[in-house]
Amino acid sequence: MRYQLIGLNHKSAPLEVRERLAIPESRLPDTCRELTSYPGIEEGMVISTCNRVEIITHTVNGHADLRGFLHEHFHLDADSLDPHLYEFREKDAVRHIFRVASSLDSMVVGEAQILGQVKEAYATARAVGAVRGQLDQLFSRAFAVAKRVRSETAVGSSSVSIASVAVELAKKIFGSLHGKNVFIVGAGKMSELAARHLMAHGCASIFVANRTYDRAIGLAQKFNGQAIKFDDLYSTCDRADIVITSTGAPHAIFRREHGEQFLARRKNRPMFFIDIAVPRDVSQDMAKLDGIFAYDIDDLQQAVSSHAADRRKEAERAEGIIASEVEKFEARISTLDVVPTIVSLQDHLETIRQAEIDRVRGRMGQLTPEQEIALEALTRGIINKVMHTPITTLKTAAKESEATTVVDVVRRLFNLQVKAKEAPAEPTSNKEESGKKAEVGTRQ
Amino acid sequence: MSLLWLRFALGCYFVGLVYAFVALTRTSDLFSRIALHAATMGMVFHFVSLTELFLSGQIVWASVHNSESLLAFLSMVFFMIIYALYQTTSPGVVVFPVVFFLTFVAAVDEQPVLLTAFVSHKGWLIAHIMLIFTGYAALLVSFGASLLYLLQERRLKAKKATSLIAFLPALEVIDQIGYRSLLLGFPFMTLGLITGSVVAITAPTIGRVDFLDPKILLSVLMWAVYMVMVFTRWNSGWRGRRAAFLATFAFVAALAAWAANYFSAMHRFGTS
Repeated sequence: MRYQLIGLNHKSAPLEVRERLAIPESRLPDTCRELTSYPGIEEGMVISTCNRVEIITHTVNGHADLRGFLHEHFHLDADSLDPHLYEFREKDAVRHIFRVASSLDSMVVGEAQILGQVKEAYATARAVGAVRGQLDQLFSRAFAVAKRVRSETAVGSSSVSIASVAVELAKKIFGSLHGKNVFIVGAGKMSELAARHLMAHGCASIFVANRTYDRAIGLAQKFNGQAIKFDDLYSTCDRADIVITSTGAPHAIFRREHGEQFLARRKNRPMFFIDIAVPRDVSQDMAKLDGIFAYDIDDLQQAVSSHAADRRKEAERAEGIIASEVEKFEARISTLDVVPTIVSLQDHLETIRQAEIDRVRGRMGQLTPEQEIALEALTRGIINKVMHTPITTLKTAAKESEATTVVDVVRRLFNLQVKAKEAPAEPTSNKEESGKKAEVGTRQ
Repeated sequence: MSLLWLRFALGCYFVGLVYAFVALTRTSDLFSRIALHAATMGMVFHFVSLTELFLSGQIVWASVHNSESLLAFLSMVFFMIIYALYQTTSPGVVVFPVVFFLTFVAAVDEQPVLLTAFVSHKGWLIAHIMLIFTGYAALLVSFGASLLYLLQERRLKAKKATSLIAFLPALEVIDQIGYRSLLLGFPFMTLGLITGSVVAITAPTIGRVDFLDPKILLSVLMWAVYMVMVFTRWNSGWRGRRAAFLATFAFVAALAAWAANYFSAMHRFGTS
């Protein structure tokens, strides 16, 4: 696990610095290629969004000079850049990537865009061959973790704008908004936005009433709706399930008696008033009627901020998921790490065995087929018995923190490092195995 | 043996009961799934229990405990239908405790109180019981829905409904659940009462029907409230507080009519 990461984000660096480091999409493939040809770096990938620039690598020895790469690439001196950089290695790098992909490191925690951006960066780097086995593993896991966070916590599920809070409230009342009618009283930017959201969620038709009739017609045309004369407001309002009201009237225009009228004509089907006017358009005593649900601008604001609090709570749960995923990932990676050692141990002993058999053959001359078989079985049996314990120990150790120590000891005891360095010269049937051996050799 | 299965079912329903209490204060997706599975398991055991009772020929249709068990089962069936239609377990908040209670009573006592066994009117009797129990189950769900409606209405009025922990379905969905079960239950209840009357009037063992019997009076009262509920809802869309008030009234009347099994003369000829 020789992951190494360097970067800056909206928390660590001001916009001016982020601007200087931002890499345009068209330059990303070249940057990736440049990165992988930098000394000490095996695989590399670049994430560049408006809020962050990050360089993620898998290095030869875990100590690549990523700062040097940044200075070189951006032609920036250390003083102007370094104070804003953060660096993570191994486990911390894994955790950081998981957090970024799950949108926990975002400016708006839970926003969905970042995952798409990371996926794109990954695809770009992969296309130029800068991402192979190690980063591949890391990122496919990161995408799975992001998905898990999204489905198991409510991070990102709650909306933050007033308009979408209004939609959510409407859904709490009506379930599906399909076929519901919306009435805009007082054409304004905010009510138009809310109406647009409601229509996007399936509302059927829109009525618009405004003191100036022409503006009502203008807005109604935008939505394919129907303009209503302001004088007809009370006689038509009951046809709407959701009323967005934002007039500049100095007094409430919807009073208790209106509410009672509406409800009687609607056979008590509920009505939802989104009152974004200041002073309010819906009177307090009308809001108390059964079946009338009126939310004023303060209520909506409060709903928005309570969402933010919920989000924080959910983010904490998400952090828990990430912590456990990092552990799992580490365990898996280190299990994989002992495999090359086991393979080279087996190879090492097999070479000894073959050499010894050849020596015996040389001394005893031609053997009968029965003798050959017996010799083969004898030597193999001894090797397998001797190997059994070290291999089991390696496999168990892989799941624990002592893995590296045990691997180290085994390598030193059998002098595997030297052997492995010679490995590529040996004829091997399996290409992948020789790759693994080479990796063992270059490690440390 | 059937009692054993019933007790297994009771154990499963207990999970539902716990869910009902927990769901009032907090929401857990996992827990509602567990409760749902437990309820399904409970229904399987329950069904086995009822089937065995039926096949063994030991079933005494007019035994209070057998019928309590049947009523609990029918209520669960209703609950599951609603789950299938609306994907919500929240009516369980009301249904589970009642089902648990009914099953509990049916499962503890081996000596059921015998109601009159009208051998000559067995067909009518079975029809009467099945119809009226379906009516009861529907009424129970409708009652539950109207309580949930009140709860959700309160939350919306108190502007608390935007919180993430919102286990209740949308207001109109709850309303539909309540209204539909009300509409469905009414004909069953009516036919149930009619068949009951037929049994009572024509049964040779009774002779004279005492229409002032508490059981009959309460049943008629319950039916009347039921009718008022359907009418006000259909005519002027009563819902929320007023509907909940009526539903509670009908439910209490139904409970009283049920409890009357224990002291009414009409349903107790077998033992007297």
